[in-house]
Amino acid sequence: MQTSSDNILSAVRIEKGFPGTKALDKVDFHLRRGEVHALLGENGAGKSTLIKCLTGAYRRDGGSILLDGAEVDPRDTFDAQRLGIGTVYQEVNLLPNLTVAENLFLGRQPRRFGMVDTRTMNRKARELLAEYELDLDVTRDLASYSVAIQQVVAIARAVDLSGKVLILDEPTASLDAHEVAMLFRIVRRLKARGLGIIFITHFLEQVYEISDRITVLRNGQLVGTRDTSDLNRRDLIAMMIGRELAAEIHSTRTETTEGRLRYRFRNYGRRGRINPFDLDVRAGEVVGIAGLLGSGRTETAEVLFGARRADSGSAEIDGQSVDLSSPRAAIRKKFGFCPEDRKTAGIVGDLSVRENIVLALQARRGWTRPISRAEQNRLADHYIRALDIRTADREKPIRLLSGGNQQKAILARWLATEPEFLILDEPTRGIDVGAHAEIVRLIESLREKGLSLIVISSEIEELVAYSTRVVVLRDRSHVAELGGDRITAHQIVEAIAAANQREAS
Amino acid sequence: MKQKYLPLTATILIFLLSYALCIAQYPNMLSTRVIGNLLTDNAFLGIAAVGMTFVILSGGIDLSIGAVIAFTGVFLAVVLEQTSIHPLAAFALVLVITTLFGALMGAIIHHLEMPAFIVTLAGMFLARGMAFVLSIDSVPIKHPFYATLKSLYFKLPGGGRITLIGGLMMLVFAAGILIAHRTRFGTNVYALGGGTATAKLMGVPVASTTVRIYALSGLLAGLSGIVFSLYTSAGYSLAAVGVELDAITAVVIGGTLLTGGSGFVAGTLVGIFIQGLIQTYITFDGTLSSWWTKILIGLLLFAFILLQKGIIRLSRNGRQPA
Amino acid sequence: MTSTVRTYLTRLLPQLIALTIIIVAISMIFPGFLNLKIQNDRLYGSLIDILNRGAPVVLLAIGMTVVIATKGIDLSVGAVMAICGAVSASLITSGHSLAETLLVTLAIGILCGIWNGILVAVLDIQPIIATLVLMVAGRGIAQLITEGAILTFNDPGLIFIGSGSFAGLPMPVVIWLLFGILVALVVRRTALGMLVEAVGVNREASTLSGVFTPVLLIAAYVLSGLCAAIAGVIAAADIKGADANNAGLWLELDAILAVVVGGTSLLGGRFSIAASVLGAIIIQAINTGILLSGFPPEFNLIIKAAIIVFILVLQSPRFRAAFTFVSIPRAAGKPTEREAK
Repeated sequence: MQTSSDNILSAVRIEKGFPGTKALDKVDFHLRRGEVHALLGENGAGKSTLIKCLTGAYRRDGGSILLDGAEVDPRDTFDAQRLGIGTVYQEVNLLPNLTVAENLFLGRQPRRFGMVDTRTMNRKARELLAEYELDLDVTRDLASYSVAIQQVVAIARAVDLSGKVLILDEPTASLDAHEVAMLFRIVRRLKARGLGIIFITHFLEQVYEISDRITVLRNGQLVGTRDTSDLNRRDLIAMMIGRELAAEIHSTRTETTEGRLRYRFRNYGRRGRINPFDLDVRAGEVVGIAGLLGSGRTETAEVLFGARRADSGSAEIDGQSVDLSSPRAAIRKKFGFCPEDRKTAGIVGDLSVRENIVLALQARRGWTRPISRAEQNRLADHYIRALDIRTADREKPIRLLSGGNQQKAILARWLATEPEFLILDEPTRGIDVGAHAEIVRLIESLREKGLSLIVISSEIEELVAYSTRVVVLRDRSHVAELGGDRITAHQIVEAIAAANQREAS
Repeated sequence: MKQKYLPLTATILIFLLSYALCIAQYPNMLSTRVIGNLLTDNAFLGIAAVGMTFVILSGGIDLSIGAVIAFTGVFLAVVLEQTSIHPLAAFALVLVITTLFGALMGAIIHHLEMPAFIVTLAGMFLARGMAFVLSIDSVPIKHPFYATLKSLYFKLPGGGRITLIGGLMMLVFAAGILIAHRTRFGTNVYALGGGTATAKLMGVPVASTTVRIYALSGLLAGLSGIVFSLYTSAGYSLAAVGVELDAITAVVIGGTLLTGGSGFVAGTLVGIFIQGLIQTYITFDGTLSSWWTKILIGLLLFAFILLQKGIIRLSRNGRQPA
Repeated sequence: MTSTVRTYLTRLLPQLIALTIIIVAISMIFPGFLNLKIQNDRLYGSLIDILNRGAPVVLLAIGMTVVIATKGIDLSVGAVMAICGAVSASLITSGHSLAETLLVTLAIGILCGIWNGILVAVLDIQPIIATLVLMVAGRGIAQLITEGAILTFNDPGLIFIGSGSFAGLPMPVVIWLLFGILVALVVRRTALGMLVEAVGVNREASTLSGVFTPVLLIAAYVLSGLCAAIAGVIAAADIKGADANNAGLWLELDAILAVVVGGTSLLGGRFSIAASVLGAIIIQAINTGILLSGFPPEFNLIIKAAIIVFILVLQSPRFRAAFTFVSIPRAAGKPTEREAK
């Protein structure tokens, strides 16, 4: 049905590995002229690795890239740009402190007598942006415009420089509906000009609105490429989330006896991050939080823990109103929080495994009451054994450990404080299968001990395995809550999709 | 008004306001003589501050310039005393040396990924050390050419003079403004200050730009050293101590962000004028002590840091989607 | 316990080796260098001289170490020295008792630290800029107090701090030894050291773990201010007067250098006070050594620059990356997943 000449860009059997993981495993990807092709998958699926291989930001380990039928091998992003592949990222990769015109023409400013001809540059910039229906004061700093405008400027620059393939990496993540509509008008116009456009997003309704075809990646492998019109939402979500895990983690769901209600959050939220929500958590309960990326999962965790102060609502523990306005306040109430971004918010890289484990306990005791070295050693050894943290010894800097072992050490940091309310944000992301199963078992054993847990995960099967209740999030709001028999992968997918559908209609 | 002009406008307003206050108290301060002296007395500082502006705009810092000025002075004095080289040839030679010196620091900063603070601190020791090695005494410069250069001036109505060095400073500022705003190099400097990683992604040649920035700072420190030797007619290895601090202060008071990426070369000129004005006022007053200069400048510095902090916060909040 | 001692010695080994080499080198050129003699119950000799002359930088380096460990820097210590020297001189000459003088002086140093700390921790200003303010204004304040002149005093108690001796050692040495040990003990016997290192390595993760970061940051600058105050008193007592123009001038740079020579990274994290003290003594030994060995003192700065460049190149990320690249594959079974992001 398609000949190779239809394809403006073909990536064949692309392979890329990082120490310990296979980020891309012989992935094929074909982009046609004049199409918008959505590239989907949860975090860590390999989308950005694929993009980086296409744009030369990474050197691929294997496979070939054909652009316009000719094999290309971009050495870096400029090279890719020169060849015709331009990229626009979510975090606008332009310089906010330069003017719009300077951003468009950086490195190729028109010159007269050796000096930059600012007037010509500004005129050309206005002309260029006019093609995008933008009439801006191009002499103003880029920072004085909204993210949406900056996004369009970035697109204009990328298209002007490359002109064959445009990669849009999460361009809509921080735009409102109106701005998304403007962006899509521009995308359609570029599509009509014959550009091939790769569109990466977590917003499924946008995928259905703009894309012609969809390619889904999962765990570094190609799940498939489909025409958008032939793929319904439920099947798409299933493709993205997968079902294999169910086989691995045998669901040991036992109906728990209802613990007593301990934590009540009413109308809790923070403007601009998470809309006010109600949440009750019992002792001995795991509340799973499901939703696509950007739906407000992490924001919920941050507000609960006081990492971001809630600006509405109230929190009660055992009927007593409590203050959870900072991590310290939350920790005093026996809260614990394993953040999603282990590297920047979790581990203290240069410190030893031992110090990382005792850190939260020490912080709570205060600096005047040090934990003796013997006690530190005992705690560290205990958790290294109990959680099977694989490290040569407890004095090894934690940054040298693998992701799974780092995660276990951070869990140990909180367990050492004997928490009663533990928030885990993506506790199993980016860690190998063995450690994965161990962490799932640990969550279950903590629940049996009577802890209250909030677990955020993009692995739906995993949520099914250990949650006693699942809250579904969408668009920064809590939109559904599933309990008892309704906790099945199917139901959760339905809930996410239903929410999506409601928005689309 | 565009937000980026806010700190510069504030600086200019503060300068005009304080000048007006000075005049109200001492009407004599409104004379071309005072203005001419302001230019002459601050010429070496101003020239060095132009280089510092570029360094700070790119997000770096250069602690070596005071030492480079001293080195240049001693070098000139020793060379002119012990050889028969013409001063112009000596000027050219010393500018080559200081430019290469700056370039070397830039190369170390970029390629060894070391903090500019420490690299230029080592450069400061090195340049000051070289000056010591050349001579530990103050060496007078008696070359007739110096006398000729010093006698050159442009007479202003009202008795003021724009001396050669005062005029040179204005030329350097003009050139600096042109380089900053009308060359690709200038835009690249701002780009580095806006974010090295992004600048690199957008195709800015980070390595060569960094090297050229510090080379420029070295060149201008050298030129400043020449001007200083003309001003003092001597070379002394302990001279110009702390000039880097005055230059940094002028740059910050001139509305340039110490974190880089935002500011104007012209602002630095106003910063220099403000510092000079405070000194002139204290001289006119006669009863005020010189330490008030430092205290006032420190306070101004603090006020500007707070102002910039406030502007950044405002612009950040203003753009955040609700 | 022996293993603790061993790790401690391993940490200090490079500095100890460097110091030994320098001392051996000097004593070869200048044979009398190692001689010590006792006169009037007090030790005299070049080695003692190094410890004595180095006192201000050693003290500044102690505070600077902790500040740098938090990923900060304190440029104001030289100016704070001048302020505190001026304060102590003006108090003692206006008839206050020695105890009052010292207490107020130290309190002023602490106040300066609080100012810097609030700028850094609360207003979230970059440390280098935040402390620049006091660096610029501080010397003016000191001159304001002394009214521009060198304010001399002849209170025997205050002078004793600069030139007296105790247990055979000059007072400045006794003071920095005791203070250094005190700070090292407080930092290492309480949890302060670990918390400071955690904040320096990863401020966000530490805050999320419940570390009270702002207070810790302020405390670091307060310590630095206190150290500067003591150094300021010693410097003033040494010359029996407060010289607002020159007291502590550029010593902040020497102190930073001492910390860097001591192997504490400017990027924050792991620190060792003992190593910084050794670093300060190395710098002083170089200064004294060059002076004694007949080298023209003008080479002092060049040699100093050469040593810093050498040490810094060894510490630079590029160089270390190249170095660990060779040695890591053997040591670490599992790689870091730095790339994977």
